[in-house]
Amino acid sequence: MDLSNYLMMKQEMSLMVVFLILIVYDLFASEKGRQYFQPLACLLFLAHTIFGFFPQVTGTSFSGMYVANDAEISMKNIMNIGVLLILLQSNGWLSKPEASFKRGEFTMLTLLTLFGMYLMVSSGNFILFYIGLETASLPMAALAAFDKYKNNSAEAGAKYIFNAVFSSACLLFGLSFLYGACGTFYFEDLSTAIQSTPLLVMSLVFISVGLFFKISLVPFHFWTPDVYQGAPTTVTGYLSTISKGAGVFALMVILYKVFGNMSYEWINMLWWIVVITITVGNLFAMRQTNLKRFMAFSSVSQAGYIALAVLAGTPQGMGSVMYYILVYIFSNLAIFGVISAIENKSGKTDMADYNGLYKTNPKLALVMMMGLFSLGGIPPLAGFFSKFFVFTAAAQQGQYLLVLIALLNTIISLYYYLLIVKAMFINPNEAPVENFKSDGYMKISLVVCMIGLMVVGFASGIYEYLNSVGFGM
Amino acid sequence: MDFLTLFVLVPLLMLFGFLPCKNIRQIRTVAVVGSTILLGLAIALVVIFMSERAAGNTAEMLFTFDKVWFPTLNIHYSVGVDGISVVMLLLSSVIVFTGVFASWNMQPLTKEFFMWLILLALGVFGFFISIDLFTMLLFYEVALIPMYLLIGVWGTGKKEYSAMKLTLMLMGGSALMMVGIFGIYFNSDGGTGIYTFNLLEIAKNGIPIEAQRIFFPLTFVGFGVLGAMFPFHTWSPDGHASAPTAVSMLHAGVLMKLGGYGCFRIAVSLMPEAAHEQAWIFLCLTGISVVYGAFGAVFQKDLKYINAYSSVSHCGLVLFAILMLNETAMTGAVMQMLSHGLMTALFFALIGMIYGRTHTRDIREMGGLMRIMPFLSVAYVIAGLASLGLPGFSGFVSEMMIFVGSFQHTDMFHRVFTIIACSSIVITAVYILRVVGKILFGEVQDEHHKKLTDATWFERLAVVTLIISIAGIGMYPSFVADMIRSSLGAMVNW
Repeated sequence: MDLSNYLMMKQEMSLMVVFLILIVYDLFASEKGRQYFQPLACLLFLAHTIFGFFPQVTGTSFSGMYVANDAEISMKNIMNIGVLLILLQSNGWLSKPEASFKRGEFTMLTLLTLFGMYLMVSSGNFILFYIGLETASLPMAALAAFDKYKNNSAEAGAKYIFNAVFSSACLLFGLSFLYGACGTFYFEDLSTAIQSTPLLVMSLVFISVGLFFKISLVPFHFWTPDVYQGAPTTVTGYLSTISKGAGVFALMVILYKVFGNMSYEWINMLWWIVVITITVGNLFAMRQTNLKRFMAFSSVSQAGYIALAVLAGTPQGMGSVMYYILVYIFSNLAIFGVISAIENKSGKTDMADYNGLYKTNPKLALVMMMGLFSLGGIPPLAGFFSKFFVFTAAAQQGQYLLVLIALLNTIISLYYYLLIVKAMFINPNEAPVENFKSDGYMKISLVVCMIGLMVVGFASGIYEYLNSVGFGM
Repeated sequence: MDFLTLFVLVPLLMLFGFLPCKNIRQIRTVAVVGSTILLGLAIALVVIFMSERAAGNTAEMLFTFDKVWFPTLNIHYSVGVDGISVVMLLLSSVIVFTGVFASWNMQPLTKEFFMWLILLALGVFGFFISIDLFTMLLFYEVALIPMYLLIGVWGTGKKEYSAMKLTLMLMGGSALMMVGIFGIYFNSDGGTGIYTFNLLEIAKNGIPIEAQRIFFPLTFVGFGVLGAMFPFHTWSPDGHASAPTAVSMLHAGVLMKLGGYGCFRIAVSLMPEAAHEQAWIFLCLTGISVVYGAFGAVFQKDLKYINAYSSVSHCGLVLFAILMLNETAMTGAVMQMLSHGLMTALFFALIGMIYGRTHTRDIREMGGLMRIMPFLSVAYVIAGLASLGLPGFSGFVSEMMIFVGSFQHTDMFHRVFTIIACSSIVITAVYILRVVGKILFGEVQDEHHKKLTDATWFERLAVVTLIISIAGIGMYPSFVADMIRSSLGAMVNW
């Protein structure tokens, strides 16, 4: 037994330490001590996040079962930043009487899903990958159903679990074909064993479909709006950013590493999926009146943009995907932060309730606007840069038509993002959301998001680094 | 720190300067100080530029500064100016300066209004100083998005519809353009395998003709949307009519010139062969713009709509002249950008001032204003005469150059289109004189109008600055024309 094997799992281990400390604290703390739970969780997770940035041993361990390379470590760091923001944003909601006694559970479940995503991201074997996927999915259903006495939330949980199970079934079905044809589950061995046979095409399709469910690409997105609307807003934020980011990354790694020989097939498949996803997501988003549903469709179309760079199959494409996910985390969490702050205060989530928000809560309206503009790809916000790099990666492979379709779709997306901006800044309202102060945690998280949106684009070092760690086919 | 970056830095500092402002006086102070500095910078730039040229500096771009930004994609922050960009910078700074005075009493949300306005100006200045395609695109989009809120919040009439239409159409243009830019980028290596966004290097390396054929129309239409090319001009009348005064000024005066400048600097000069092949298609479209815009203006009853359609016509003339692809016409095109920018800004400023008093822009409800507000009326007559190309004003010089340059082509096609475009001069006279006759002379239509006052000092300042610029260029066009022509040299030898 070589201990250096475990050194590679530094982030997993430190996450486990945080997890165990919190679970023990939650069990044994007195009623008075419990009010320090949230600051403790945030601080410990902050320490974990910072720890992740320290240099780390790279390589493979457990004979290729677990892989730690720079791209995967960076991806985990990006996810950590997102989860930290989520923990900060959850405080307002968890302070309410109906949720406060479950504070500890929320943190545990979140960290547990994160652990599953870590395994998904750095697996080198489909068995470990599947374990990671399930570890990430099951607690997620519990999170979606967290407000279990609300019908919507319970429904969201049920829908999520059914879809997760169904997608797992697809994935396992595909894996069985793969094992039957190649006799191994190790990515390394598969990459050379795979040839483009009909059986393996079937396997590719089923494995991809399993993951498409996860990242809600059209036509596997039907669960998204209901779950996003029903789940507590913080959980929706988590689902739409971290969970989706990890899914896309895992998909990318599998397509590059395992199905590299079948790139012709999956590029064609993904081409159509991307076009349909972006278009359908955008068209449906236009008709929504509930802001959470609206963001669900917006995130469907955003997933299409991320997948667009996966198509490129180059190191630059992988760098762009990670960069896009980072920017997307900041933008989406800025928006979900505002939604959840307002929902906690007034219980309102309809778009019409946001009319005249700028008059009463100018700062929140400003953060929301920046998040929306970033999603729409408006400079000088980071979203412009991430969109540009994603398109560059696709255009480099000569996918000009796809880039054109995607760009024309950004106009549609800009239309509905502007509808919310219009609601906040222009529309009059008799009874707008009254002025209120959010708690300190929420403020910190929104400020971090804003700084992220402004700085991540201009600081070229971030993109350059992600680009340098990316790998292609 | 280099000289040109100041054009971006000053607006940026102004944005931060607005933040702590408590009342309208402080906001005005910041705005006036900042825009005066910008105007000073632009004049200094013209002087230094001309003395450099006179001293024999024949480099294509002067005051260049280059810093690597994203090394893997070879994106640089790269600035530099030639005669054309200097002219554009001068135009922008004059209009920003006068725009600040034109929105002196802006209410409500004064601070936000000025912040968006200056952000728009930042984008415009950044666009004109950049010589790197990526930064150009960045600044271009920075200039577009403030329009939405500026029109949507502070506009008049069906503002929300206009704001949305304008933003989406311009963003659509920028989508086409972005594909064009990707196409240019991935064909810019000249066989070396090192792609570049730098305009000068791309021009040197050349783009393969097969790629040009695909990406020239995309780029040209992309910028053409902003240059109000038929059939993509429909955002312009609605947008201009709904926008508040300063925004109309800046938009018609400067932002539409971004389209012309982009067509010229990116589409035509980087892809000249395709431009030659496909010029006829776009000549037809811009020819329609010119005549259709003028006819449109004749049938409008709202002052702003009249002027907006006239902008479509005049900006169409800019693109029309660029597509003639010869030196005289192209010099005329840049002159027309400058001249139309100043003229239309003057028009919109005056319309805003008149509207602020009469609360109507319908020409049927006004009359005899010459007796009530002589200053504004005289200025309106001057603007009108400049617009229909009276010798002595800038409009005459530019239109003259455009039509002479166009007529240099000896083939039937170009000549017919030149004659058609020439007819717009007559139509321009119709709609200008009709308005002048209707609202300035004749009987006073509304008894309440008799109590109205003439321009205040800040309004006079804005108007006089613009008139001086228009007349100055009209009287002594050669220094501008020389500056432009010397920069064209490298581009028109096809």
